[in-house]
Amino acid sequence: MSVSLRVLDDGAWVSVNDTREVSVSELWRLDDPSFCGCELPDFVVENVLDVGADGRTVSAKVYGQCIACGQTGVPGWVPVGRLREGEFVDIDRERVVLPVRRGDDDE
Amino acid sequence: MPTDVERWKSEVYGNEIREHLLEFAEQGWDSIPEDERDAWFERFKWWGLYHQRNGQESYFMMRIGTPNGVLTPGQTEVVAEVADEYARGPAENPIFGNGYVDWTTRQSIQLHWIKLEDIPEIFDKLESVGLSTQQACGDSWRNIVGCPVAGKDKHEHVDALPVAMELNETFKGNDDHSNLPRKWKVSITGCREGCGQGDINDLALEPATKEIDGEETRGFNIRIGGGLSRNEPRFARDIDVFVTPEQAAEVSGAISALFRDNGDRDNRYNARIKFLMDEWGAEKFRDVLQEEYVDFELETAGDDLRSEYSYNSGYADGGHSDHVGIHEQADGNYYVGLDVLVGRMGVDDTKELARVADEYGSGEIRITQRQNVIITDVPEEKLDALQDEELLDHYSPDPHPFMRGSIACTGTEFCSLSIVETKNRQVRYARWLKENVELPAGVEDFHIHLSGCTASCAQPQIADISLRGMKTRKDGEPVEALDIGLGGGLGENPNFAEWVTQRVPVDEVPGAIKNLLANFEERREGDETFREFVARTDEEDLAELVEPEETSYEDPMMHNTKRTWYPYADDDSLDASPAPTRADGTPITSDD
Repeated sequence: MSVSLRVLDDGAWVSVNDTREVSVSELWRLDDPSFCGCELPDFVVENVLDVGADGRTVSAKVYGQCIACGQTGVPGWVPVGRLREGEFVDIDRERVVLPVRRGDDDE
Repeated sequence: MPTDVERWKSEVYGNEIREHLLEFAEQGWDSIPEDERDAWFERFKWWGLYHQRNGQESYFMMRIGTPNGVLTPGQTEVVAEVADEYARGPAENPIFGNGYVDWTTRQSIQLHWIKLEDIPEIFDKLESVGLSTQQACGDSWRNIVGCPVAGKDKHEHVDALPVAMELNETFKGNDDHSNLPRKWKVSITGCREGCGQGDINDLALEPATKEIDGEETRGFNIRIGGGLSRNEPRFARDIDVFVTPEQAAEVSGAISALFRDNGDRDNRYNARIKFLMDEWGAEKFRDVLQEEYVDFELETAGDDLRSEYSYNSGYADGGHSDHVGIHEQADGNYYVGLDVLVGRMGVDDTKELARVADEYGSGEIRITQRQNVIITDVPEEKLDALQDEELLDHYSPDPHPFMRGSIACTGTEFCSLSIVETKNRQVRYARWLKENVELPAGVEDFHIHLSGCTASCAQPQIADISLRGMKTRKDGEPVEALDIGLGGGLGENPNFAEWVTQRVPVDEVPGAIKNLLANFEERREGDETFREFVARTDEEDLAELVEPEETSYEDPMMHNTKRTWYPYADDDSLDASPAPTRADGTPITSDD
């Protein structure tokens, strides 16, 4: 089953199957001390740069900053939801700790 | 690989979008196939229509382009009538009601809650008086900006208005320039004060004099690559080219074509011409322009007037910081600039504005880049009676500096990108500051710009105090917050604000401004301006002077306003949204 994944509105949204699902301005806890040195960066999403799927996991690359220390930048791929029978299933991104996956294109 | 947007543009773009738009309007919202909506919404922008954000599906923002901010007699009334009839939504704004007009920082007009089905009628009404939404958004020549009193100003070096109008005529609907890699913002300044804000535009024509064949010739120097968005602000760079008013359209077209052919279409974040200028530098840019796009030898730059620029300069060197107030025109009549707090005016007031302009002036209105309006061509003998009009009690030609200096973008009320609520918040801020904060002696101009995100539509980096939407936690809970920047401005040597304090909870920002101004007053040397004070103070010291603090100011919008369907609705949850709706505003349910 094909799934349409897009970044829309100049980076304001992740769209899955032509529905806006994930927005900028969310606050995420990232399991990624390498991003800024904070144990769990408290990361505000300012711009969505890319979206992709790895198996059933929909992940996004985003620009933003840790509100605890102010470090800005782009962490690795962050899971934002899952696909179940082609449908997007949200995860409670603001209340769970999100793992960060480094891709081949990350330094 | 081309982006989705480029692919959509390659299929249908430019003038031809209109026939599709009108057909969809005829058949109703549901006629746009769900899997094509994003493509069509992207294209509709070219005709001035932005689909509003999540929770407001089937409603559009409509932008009307008014070149150089000029509304000719009769046009303001039609704008008010259109807003009254079509720009009313399912919920009321607690400050502005339902039905209003936004005057924008690019001298345009924005209306909200527009229904797709009403667009043909709206186009008919607008076009009957010469107004258009064409290219008001999208990847092409946007509304051309300039000194809002061009052609009337006493301080003019060259009358730029005919040039602005010629460019508008030449490049609106021009198929050769209708599909650019990204938006294309053009500013033309003819006055001696720098009111066109050319420095923050993709293409800037600025007043200059050049000796050509032994004759002093007035015209424009050209700068390229300004812009504020995406944490990548740039001032436009001098490419060492002078053009006469007669050459302006040809050379501007050549530059636009250069951008069309060389801008980055693979990455929209890198597409604006400022990034091409980063890559090439001014010298290469000029070389390519000369060799590949212009058939005659370009003149080198003439003598500019930048040392005289006072507009939004933050320096006490006379001249205008804005166009508010009563000023004599070159023809002996007067223009009267009215302060419109955050640029929003209710439909009844807009109708009244049209009437007053007609009764006391020529009926013309000019829109400024500070979200204000100007009534032009008022004879001296009518000034007193005009000032007695009730409209001027609310939109004053002599407002308090905190009211006069406030600019705010659209914010989360309607915009997808914004992180925080803006317009209503800036109104609350300005009112609180007016009541609770004394400005240091002699400070009459003090600019506070609030932008909801890094797109910078409120031009925050060129204000005395720059506010930019952010998030933080307060008592463990996520709340809306603002980064605070200081000391930005234009003038001869423009500079962007320094972001000295970040992520201040929105309810502590008025206290921060109060403390900052008290600290400024205490440390001020003589009658130096705030910008001068910031320029001579270390960034670390400045950060210590901000001192965020809770005060009597209360903010009702601390929560995530983006997670609402409309932040001011009684039940603001996304589930309570009536959208999408039919043409008559009744909800379309999934059973339909």
